[in-house]
Amino acid sequence: MIPQPESRPRLVPGCRLNEKSQAQRVLLMPERALRLSGPSLEIVERCDGKHTVRQIITELQAIYSKAEPQKVEQDILEYLARLQEQRALDFE
Amino acid sequence: MSIATSNPLAMVAELTHRCPLHCVYCSNPLELTKRGRELSTASWTRVLREAAELGVLQADFTGGEPLARPDLVELIRAARAAGLYASLITSGLPLDEKRLEELVAAGLDHFQLSFQGADEESAAEFSGTHTHAQKLRVAEWVKRHRIALTLNFVIHRANLHQLEDMIAMAEAIGPGRVEFAHVQYYGWAFENVKRLLPTREQLDRSLELIKKAEERLRGRIRVEYVVPDYYAKYPKACMGGWGRKVLLVKPDGDVLPCHAANVLPGMAFENVEKRPLRPIWEESDAFQKYRGVDWMPELCRSCDRREQDFGGCRCQAFLLAKDAAATDPVCSKSPQRGIVDAILRGINAPPAQVPAEWMYRANPK
Repeated sequence: MIPQPESRPRLVPGCRLNEKSQAQRVLLMPERALRLSGPSLEIVERCDGKHTVRQIITELQAIYSKAEPQKVEQDILEYLARLQEQRALDFE
Repeated sequence: MSIATSNPLAMVAELTHRCPLHCVYCSNPLELTKRGRELSTASWTRVLREAAELGVLQADFTGGEPLARPDLVELIRAARAAGLYASLITSGLPLDEKRLEELVAAGLDHFQLSFQGADEESAAEFSGTHTHAQKLRVAEWVKRHRIALTLNFVIHRANLHQLEDMIAMAEAIGPGRVEFAHVQYYGWAFENVKRLLPTREQLDRSLELIKKAEERLRGRIRVEYVVPDYYAKYPKACMGGWGRKVLLVKPDGDVLPCHAANVLPGMAFENVEKRPLRPIWEESDAFQKYRGVDWMPELCRSCDRREQDFGGCRCQAFLLAKDAAATDPVCSKSPQRGIVDAILRGINAPPAQVPAEWMYRANPK
């Protein structure tokens, strides 16, 4: 499934980030935890049902301005699709 | 000498051994803890805090039946206050809508509901109780809240023919995740192993059905299938490796590397009432004993899979080969693989030789 640019990814119930105060940020969900850092954390923090896929791409392209924009977009789309398949998020 | 270790990621909190069910494959030890010896609310609250400080991310509340603890709402709240992800692993009774609301308000993240069959009649045969209708009601209640729902179907030789119905049931309920898990043959299940192990033919058919379901449900329901390792070529990395990722606290506060570890002879477990969790995890003999690769027999130590499956399961090595430090006999390289093969031959030989009666267990009051 390819995420649509105007859809808004949102973490599903029971899938959440641990507290900001903790040293290692992780995405918590039933029976698993994904370590997040750098771009993966930036993406997941924006999966709030408010940001569109397009906005997430634009914002990350600005943060990682040294990276090839095309590559950033591709990586984000793949990452979001994978999280959706793992039932970590839905597109609203 | 202590072996350098990472921190545990999950703590299994076995709150009680009391349970309204009498499953023929119960995973609790043969010797159950009595109610009077269960940890207090204050002790559990402290242990949850110690676990979070040790690096644990998730607390899995289980039992017995964790709902049998009147203070469960408080314990969920304590887990969340400590910064943990809170899962409840339950049969769904005793529970009503009001208590579920309290659990959700306390911060419950994930509700895992077990099923013993696809209908009331077969579920009652395996669990010795009528619970199926209640479980269906509970699933509907949970779906009204914003928490994760997992359905866990406990499967085995005598109900595997219902797999298609179970998949259809899961599809109709619509959880985020469904788990079809073969019984693991420890404790009470080991007593009934010959009635629980599926035949090769059953297993192959089930693999096909699961594969189709995975494809059809992809993106909607996450499907997981846990197959019996007796049919595997290599052993499972039991608990992700001994004393590596998980610790388990018993109803009376004993801390174990896995829930069956008290079958192993000569093991002494430390208790959370006597020592904080960190030194128990880092230094106690029970956790050191099979941690890392130094304890391994040469066969495992020289194997390139030693850090993938960690020699397999210690309890299974003891139950089958009578030696807890042996290579797990399900491993195709094990000199004792013949023990597993003999059991499989018995199961697959026509007509299947299976004992006629289940052995039900009584639960402590």
